Amino acid sequence: MPQSADKVLDHAPLFREPEYQEMLENKKLKFECGHPDELVKEIGDWSKSWEYREKNLAREAATINPAKACQPLGAVFASAGYEKTMSFVHGSQGCVAYYRSHLSRHFKEPASCVSSSMTEDAAVFGGLINMVDGLANTKALYDPSMIAVSTTCMAEVIGDDLNSFIIQAKEKGSVEADFNVPYAHTPAFVGSHVDGYDNMQKGILSNFWDKAETRVANDSINIIPGFDGFAVGNVRELKRVLAEMGIGDYTILSDVSDVYDTPSDGEFRMYSGGTKIEDIPKALNAKATLSLQQYCTPKTLAYCKDKGQETASFHYPMGVKGTDGFLMKLSELTGKEIPESLRLERGRLIDAMADSQAYLHGKTYAIYGDPDFVYAMAAFILETGGEPRHCLATNGSKAWAKQMQELLDSSPFGKECQVWAGKDLWHMRSFLNTEPVDILIGSSYGKYLERDTGTPLLRLAFPIFDRHHHHRFPTMFYQGTLTVLVKMLDLIFDKLDDDTIDPGKTDYSFDLTR
Amino acid sequence: MAKDHVSGPEDYESLIEQVLEAYPAKAKKKRAKHLQVSQPDPEATPDPETGHASKCDTTKSNIKSIPGVMTVRGCAYAGSKGVVWGPVKDMIHISHGPVGCGQYSWSQRRNYYIGQTGIDSFVTMQFTTDFQEKDIVFGGDKKLGKMIDELEELFPLSKGTTIQSECPIGLIGDDIEAVARAKNKEHEKTMVPVRCEGFRGVSQSLGHHIANDAVRDWVLDKGDVDYEPGPYDVNIIGDYNIGGDAWSSRILLEEIGLNVVGNWSGDATLAEMERAPKAKLNLIHCYRSMNYICRYMEEKHGVAWMEYNFFGPTQIAASLRAIAAKFDETIQANAETVIAKYQPLVDAINAKYRPRLEGKSVMLYVGGLRPRHVVTAYDDLGMNVVGTGYEFAHGDDYKRTGHYVKDGTLIYDDVTGYELEKFIEGIRPDLVGSGIKEKYPVQKMGIPFRQMHSWDYSGPYHGYDGYAIFARDMDLAINNPVWGLYDAPWKGPEAIAAE
Repeated sequence: MPQSADKVLDHAPLFREPEYQEMLENKKLKFECGHPDELVKEIGDWSKSWEYREKNLAREAATINPAKACQPLGAVFASAGYEKTMSFVHGSQGCVAYYRSHLSRHFKEPASCVSSSMTEDAAVFGGLINMVDGLANTKALYDPSMIAVSTTCMAEVIGDDLNSFIIQAKEKGSVEADFNVPYAHTPAFVGSHVDGYDNMQKGILSNFWDKAETRVANDSINIIPGFDGFAVGNVRELKRVLAEMGIGDYTILSDVSDVYDTPSDGEFRMYSGGTKIEDIPKALNAKATLSLQQYCTPKTLAYCKDKGQETASFHYPMGVKGTDGFLMKLSELTGKEIPESLRLERGRLIDAMADSQAYLHGKTYAIYGDPDFVYAMAAFILETGGEPRHCLATNGSKAWAKQMQELLDSSPFGKECQVWAGKDLWHMRSFLNTEPVDILIGSSYGKYLERDTGTPLLRLAFPIFDRHHHHRFPTMFYQGTLTVLVKMLDLIFDKLDDDTIDPGKTDYSFDLTR
Repeated sequence: MAKDHVSGPEDYESLIEQVLEAYPAKAKKKRAKHLQVSQPDPEATPDPETGHASKCDTTKSNIKSIPGVMTVRGCAYAGSKGVVWGPVKDMIHISHGPVGCGQYSWSQRRNYYIGQTGIDSFVTMQFTTDFQEKDIVFGGDKKLGKMIDELEELFPLSKGTTIQSECPIGLIGDDIEAVARAKNKEHEKTMVPVRCEGFRGVSQSLGHHIANDAVRDWVLDKGDVDYEPGPYDVNIIGDYNIGGDAWSSRILLEEIGLNVVGNWSGDATLAEMERAPKAKLNLIHCYRSMNYICRYMEEKHGVAWMEYNFFGPTQIAASLRAIAAKFDETIQANAETVIAKYQPLVDAINAKYRPRLEGKSVMLYVGGLRPRHVVTAYDDLGMNVVGTGYEFAHGDDYKRTGHYVKDGTLIYDDVTGYELEKFIEGIRPDLVGSGIKEKYPVQKMGIPFRQMHSWDYSGPYHGYDGYAIFARDMDLAINNPVWGLYDAPWKGPEAIAAE
């Protein structure tokens, strides 16, 4: 009997016990009617070939293991960053269960969001009643200061008009006429979660800004962090950097840092922190709006520009030059000099890179994730003397591919890199099998590529389900980059140790000091 | 953390009243019908195992969720792709429509399987037609057909394909059945169109039913298979092999001398599904999600079915005996031998864990079968389920629940986020068992929690081997020192309350 009370075997060791192995073998032989092992092996080997890669790349209709989610997820994330704001997604209810689960699995935190629970009758008659009742129920039960409405693809396909529905709901008294119900149409069949983020940000800003009669420009700046799995650490780091700069007059538009990081002290906080509602209308008067992630904010920034603000966008300010550029822009906009303290931080990062450069130089990488992250990661790798070989964004556009190519062309370390816009992780499997690299950088889903291709995975992109708490630490700016650097080095050193741990065989290189 | 809390079941009625106060009138009236305290049922015969005869079936169930209340429920797609079809390992399951549904459900149910992923098995992959605006406008049938052709090229060892419809499919009038028929002819492989659009029905439940019907129409009714059945052939139905549950169940059935021809659908192959109607008996674990196909096989193929429960030693033993009773004396004797063989393990588990768990109270909120099936496993550990509820049960589930829970248990159907929080706050159980969306709010409140959909990444929980893990997990959840660290020593509960 394999199991015992003394030492309880979990699933992994339990099913390796002989009783189970025999049972599974028997199941396979007698009942499964699978293919012969030799054929499975043959096809498995073939799947790693160049021939397979060509077939794989020739796909036009099938998407397999994509690295992107749908718009409403981004809308829910963006809304969560505003004070006491409840996300209300109009359409089928299963979607909301999915967004909440997805966010909770990554952040290991509550993720609150409601649905208008539309069913077949609403598909026929439209979801107005669902909106009317839903807003009233949400307001009564969860006492939000604002309800941010987005849509599932069901509501989009049947053509529900959020603006008209919300007006009608207010007329029917679901919420007070002056209660803030910003909205954004977020069709899942257009773009990805980064576009949903953009649409909801624009929806929230326009809810407040379009009412204003005039804009009285001041010296404040707005900063939009973008969709980011490391937002908890990064937004806090952003605030610290701003404090170092002596910049106090700013508004972070959608600050999820306290939302997805509430303490355990006996109280469940459905809402925590976030951008204050009263700060949103004031943000119209800001001198400029900066976006930390260009591809999360094209419409929002265009809107800010229309309102008369200066705008600037970055690609996930990480790495030396990525952070330099952001700080210099901040300095230019605010007139504040970059303080010595940040120059020293920069120096410490460079110091760390210099100390470790021998282990980083010439290492090859495959990177995937959201467009801005992939850009930043590739840029930083170039700075370490590493060579990005495959840069992939399932939600990357042609414009992104062009930007990536310009970046790669700017360094001799980028010359062998290929950029894959719109490709998925099954494509990546072929790339890694045919043109292997030393390190894969991506999300938890990359673990299947690690298994299939033997490429060690560094988890730096959303979502991260199978490692805990990394999102609590920053990856942006000098300090965050240092964290990223250490993670890269840990992976490299762990791999070196793994490769040299065999006693009497390989352990002559099992070096104590490196 | 010292919140006012109710002292016992006698206060549950007033707790329900209090919770309902927060709702607007229309919603209050509706929600009141989903909440109750189980009552003695003098007309019912007490369950032979539990001795209980409670009444829970006055609870309204399987009706639409109220908008805006934060239901925990999912959708028909989740019931079909996520539950019934997704685990079938040698078929490719296409999430047909926009990217999200397949993305959020990718590898999240822990349906264990043995196979070469991407070569002859495909469970932990995300196949999608990734609908774009043009597919909505012009229809997606062509893209779907093309995708199936491409999958044939890239995955020649797949045994077939299922088409899991997402919301837009039914709204734009696509004919996925025609695509399936055409591709079935062309590739000579099983093709299964499933009309599980998320807006159909009121929860996952209709998706289970639709998925069952698709098995009937596109697998079982497609013709006879060549298989010579034996007298001890059975199927396990409604075990999704979460964390290996079906394996720790199968081993017991094999030990008593039965052949498990098909396991639906955890670690299943298409062949296992096709051969299932040849078996003598269908053993159904998750009644809610797969009773439909059992009824069909009974009617069409004459396969009898029975429910069983492999959570906790009391029910395992009772189930093994009840299953064996359907066969000859050899099997019955084997069942006794197996029960006796595992008794020392059960005794050791109980000796180790029961003293650490005795008298602890539990609230459950799950789906399928677990809100009742695990109650007795907690009883085996000396724990006490004080509240339970289902995401998507029907009346027959609540009827069955009366055999598991004692009088005075708080029953909540399709509970809302607000209600569950208030119930937990009021009752302050020693443990809550629910899902990922509930886990973190409950833990913030200082209450130990286990995910009872995914076994919190542990398992198996079925069978005797699983019971050891179940007991260990409940112990580690409740008796971890972290729960004692919540209050800062310089700040007593009084100080916090005063703020």
